[in-house]
Amino acid sequence: MTIRNAIRDHGQRYRPRMACLKKAEKVVLEMQDPKTGVKSQPQRLVITTIPHAITGEDIIAWLAGRFQIDTQEARNFGSMLVALGYIYPLQDHKRLVIKPDASLYRFQTPYFWPTQQWPVEDTDYAIYLAKRNIRKKGILELHEQEHYNRLHKWMNHKWDFIVMQAKEQYRAAKERKKPDRVVFECQERAYWVVHRPPPGTVSAMDYGLDRRIDPNTVEMIFTQQSIMRPRVKSSVSIGALVKYCATYKNHDPFLLKCLPSNPWLTDDATYWTLNMPNVEIPTKMRVERWTFSFGELLSDPRGRNDFRLFLKKEFSGENLAFWESCEDLKWGTAATMREKAEQIYKTFLARGAPRWINIDGKTMEVTVKGLKHPHRYVLDAAQTHIYMLMKKDSYGRYMKSPVFKETTKKAICPEEHKFSDNQLEQNARNRRPSLSPIILRQMEEEQKAKMAANVDITQVMTKLSQQGKEAPPPPPRPKRN
Amino acid sequence: MACQGLQSGETLASLKKESDSLKKKLEEERGKLNDIELHQVAEKVEMLGALSIKTKRLLKGHGNKVLCMDWCKDKRRLVSSSQDGKVIVWDAFTLNKEHGVTLPCTWVMACAYAPSGCAVACGGLDNKCSVFPLSLDKNENLSAKKKAVAMHTNYVSGCTFTNSDMQLLTSSGDGTCALWDVESGQLLQSFHGHTADVLSLDLAPSETGNTFVSGGSDKKANVWDMRSGQNIQSFESHESDINCVKYYPSGDAFASASDDSTCRFYDLRADREVAVYQKDSVIFGASTVDFSLSGRLLFAGYNDYTINVWDVLKGTRVSVLFGHENRVSRVRVSPDGTALCSASWDNTLRIWA
Repeated sequence: MTIRNAIRDHGQRYRPRMACLKKAEKVVLEMQDPKTGVKSQPQRLVITTIPHAITGEDIIAWLAGRFQIDTQEARNFGSMLVALGYIYPLQDHKRLVIKPDASLYRFQTPYFWPTQQWPVEDTDYAIYLAKRNIRKKGILELHEQEHYNRLHKWMNHKWDFIVMQAKEQYRAAKERKKPDRVVFECQERAYWVVHRPPPGTVSAMDYGLDRRIDPNTVEMIFTQQSIMRPRVKSSVSIGALVKYCATYKNHDPFLLKCLPSNPWLTDDATYWTLNMPNVEIPTKMRVERWTFSFGELLSDPRGRNDFRLFLKKEFSGENLAFWESCEDLKWGTAATMREKAEQIYKTFLARGAPRWINIDGKTMEVTVKGLKHPHRYVLDAAQTHIYMLMKKDSYGRYMKSPVFKETTKKAICPEEHKFSDNQLEQNARNRRPSLSPIILRQMEEEQKAKMAANVDITQVMTKLSQQGKEAPPPPPRPKRN
Repeated sequence: MACQGLQSGETLASLKKESDSLKKKLEEERGKLNDIELHQVAEKVEMLGALSIKTKRLLKGHGNKVLCMDWCKDKRRLVSSSQDGKVIVWDAFTLNKEHGVTLPCTWVMACAYAPSGCAVACGGLDNKCSVFPLSLDKNENLSAKKKAVAMHTNYVSGCTFTNSDMQLLTSSGDGTCALWDVESGQLLQSFHGHTADVLSLDLAPSETGNTFVSGGSDKKANVWDMRSGQNIQSFESHESDINCVKYYPSGDAFASASDDSTCRFYDLRADREVAVYQKDSVIFGASTVDFSLSGRLLFAGYNDYTINVWDVLKGTRVSVLFGHENRVSRVRVSPDGTALCSASWDNTLRIWA
């Protein structure tokens, strides 16, 4: 082992990333079974005969039968075996794929199988190239010549050894019988096509980066708490998972065509236009999703707006506003956190606060205490309480409310697109870009600022009228950049 | 290093014995409430019809292996990163390349689109994760406004924004995950527990609270509480590195893809593995998974250049997608479930529908 390889070996000695090799070997051994394996025949190559040659179509047929898969998959699997070097082509030897015809292949000798344990040595490659040079000068291809020059440069100190080995191997080869020699040369050549692939080809031996830490050390960290953890009966939890699939089945574009059409299939973006985040009239499918769970309603901006409208009519809008402020605190920048927490306290929690929320005494106590040293999760208890309140109470009433009934009534159900081939071509030519999210965000911020200003004015007006005072003239509109 | 020091009186063997017996006890406890299997419940579910999924777009433009991609919330834009350091933002619908950045490092294994659609995060062999605000000005050099947010001591394997543009969650080859404040670069919480490289992470869908799941080279999938930094659940049933983890859309389960050529499905409430997606003709490692919108389909990308589509409930394979000419490094379903995007070492991305 060279020093370079030892340093890089971060638990890769069993190359867990190449766990496929053991499995591939099992298959290859089965393929070579004299009775149940792939049919083989001797093949004439110029004046010699190569034994045990197999055709591409036979390989594919065998794999298809063995694994009960179709020919396309069998061909892909076969090509991977060639790419790994377990089977090599006799013709067109640089293309490591299975051709579905009478093209000939051979099983590689186990000596040349890819191993998990030792990376392929540059020294061996240098000897191989030197040997081919001895056999016939100028036979090396361009990329091989470049490798040769590079190796000659940095292995210069042991070049004598390399040339000596090359000569020795060349001499030994000459003493073999011609057919054996031809076979061995084919095998060796195939081995190097796999491990030193020509440029521009895909190599199956390329597995990406090594792992940094050795995963083979005995780990001594365990959690005793896992054992005590509360669990749910499988029938209950699995039942819920299955139910989820059933609930959303008709909303899954891979299972049921979305209406009017899937933009990726027809190149018509109407589906996206109809489902913009803050569209005025939602589609029936979208409204249906709001009925699946409170979370669905809240996570859809249009749904949340509808819910907000309903809460306003019930004069319980502060719950949603509080929940949104808590989200803003939790996921916001660290720098503004303290300030936000204080603002939330003043607006929602303090006695006499303008948008006071109704939470139980215990939660309030815990929250106020936590606010002395605010952190981003300080309002979790209060937020959960309000969320559950909305979920168990307001959500149900929303579903029965006139607001929701109105929305459902107005919701549209678009007709399915029926494009002719010509129209589809037209659509493909007329694909249009959409507004950049950057612009959309600017528009949203402006909208939010407007809404905030409205709330403030309303609050002020209400308070003043309660105190029997005259309303002051409205403040000048805030300037927007 | 991964090992803790030994206490006096303990030997390596005795600790391993204790560890093994505790693991056995955990399996016993898990088994007590195991009153039915997923495929049994799934018998009552109707069969899926034949799927016809084809490549609808081919995104060419990267000059090297595409390692990662992420969809924008607008359902048509996406960001992709590659081995040569290039990060590209595309409108996949029109095939327009809208933005491009070149990082000064190779192997950009992680990239994510911000929820607002106005920034992207990416990182890799530079051990960092940086956030780039996107600009409408085509001539602006995005690298100028780059903000280095996450700093790990080894490569960054995965990143995702939380529910806003202000926080970033990362996983790293240094064995940890971390939560960062984007504006200040402050480390908000770190997550220790993996004993080898962490290769992937996924945030729980918003309704279900503040957890995320990570998978690593130690063959474990861990579920974490973002607030406390604690490892609240752990699953170890894969036989090799876990390359990818992804939550089921309800947040009560997740799937994993591993080098052992299987994908597995874990029920979080029952605290156990409930399905293994495998086939004897599939021997190559799975590097990525994602669910369709309803959770019924599981798309998995493999190192034999294919994408297998599994019926999550019945455990059978319903389709194979051919087309890529090298490993599939990442698959992601679009936010509205209308398409699947796959990124590959063949330098391209494909949109399937």
